Amino acid sequence: MSPTGTIVVAALLIAVSPARTAEIPQAERRSGYSFMAPDTQAIQDDDTTNPGMLWVLDGEKLWNNKAGAAGKACADCHHEARASIKGVAARYPAFDKALGRPVNLEQRINLCRTGQQQAAPLPYESRDLLALTAFVAQQSRGLPIDAATDPQLEPFVAKGRELFMQRQGQLNLGCTNCHDDNWDKRLAGSAITQAHPTGYPLYRMEWQSLGSLQRRLRACITGIRAQPYDYGAPEMVELELYLMSRARGMPVETPAVRP
Amino acid sequence: MASALINVPKKAKRGETIEIKTLMSHIMETGYRHTAEGEVVPRDIITTFSCRYNGAEIFRAELFPAISANPFITFFTVANESGKFEFEWTGDRGFAATASASITVE
Repeated sequence: MSPTGTIVVAALLIAVSPARTAEIPQAERRSGYSFMAPDTQAIQDDDTTNPGMLWVLDGEKLWNNKAGAAGKACADCHHEARASIKGVAARYPAFDKALGRPVNLEQRINLCRTGQQQAAPLPYESRDLLALTAFVAQQSRGLPIDAATDPQLEPFVAKGRELFMQRQGQLNLGCTNCHDDNWDKRLAGSAITQAHPTGYPLYRMEWQSLGSLQRRLRACITGIRAQPYDYGAPEMVELELYLMSRARGMPVETPAVRP
Repeated sequence: MASALINVPKKAKRGETIEIKTLMSHIMETGYRHTAEGEVVPRDIITTFSCRYNGAEIFRAELFPAISANPFITFFTVANESGKFEFEWTGDRGFAATASASITVE
């Protein structure tokens, strides 16, 4: 083959090979739900078989319980949750003016507890915090995710995106290497999904419990043999924020069920 | 009281076979796990489940450590008369929970 021919072939190869580490086109975005077997989907679809609903029921009780030195319940300020907090979870993580950075739904609940109720903050992944978060998020079920639209959040979304793209850990992998580049493949028999956090907090069969997005992120980070960030770390919230911005427009599924 | 989810059809025809689904909130700690300090995490499971239909027991199950957290138990029965299904769960550490559901048979 002539040298010119070789160059042409090489140029063609570059042209046809798909662009790597690019975000998933809008039309190809899928929820983790669509990767599940029909049996697992059925568990999520029926509110009397979805174990996540047990936490929602507990959360509803907590919503109406008075707590802390102020002797106030969530319902005393927010009243009927079905109306007052509809759509709220779809906008989180949101910018907190006092802190000057984004807070996620769990942190927002704890800010309300320490500020308004004068109660102790609930520990991350505790049953009560998951229950309240699930109850609040369930009020947005079916509504399109509308996070990261606030211009004040832009630098934090950018930081989250950077973390998502950053290779790290002993396996030297970034989130993007699986969730953007290989979401149509499988990892040890499990579907690699697209990192659209549509249903958190969600019930994972593997956990036998409800869990937060941060728990999921920490599991992934440990999986690539990197040091996970602590619960509530700014980096975690920035990652959450970026992931929610990827899923903008997709419906909230909380409480979702995943294998 | 622990949360439970019960699915019993509100209405049924006489003689119709109906499905009953129950989901009970419980950690189902096996008793085989250890803490980081090496201490055994004591067993904490539901040990029995029963269902009564207008007072008569129609279903009973014994549960063991290999059963998952938040046990989902589903079974069938024949709808003979209108009335009440009463569900009862008992387990370790004095765990006891009840729930009920009504059915109208036409």
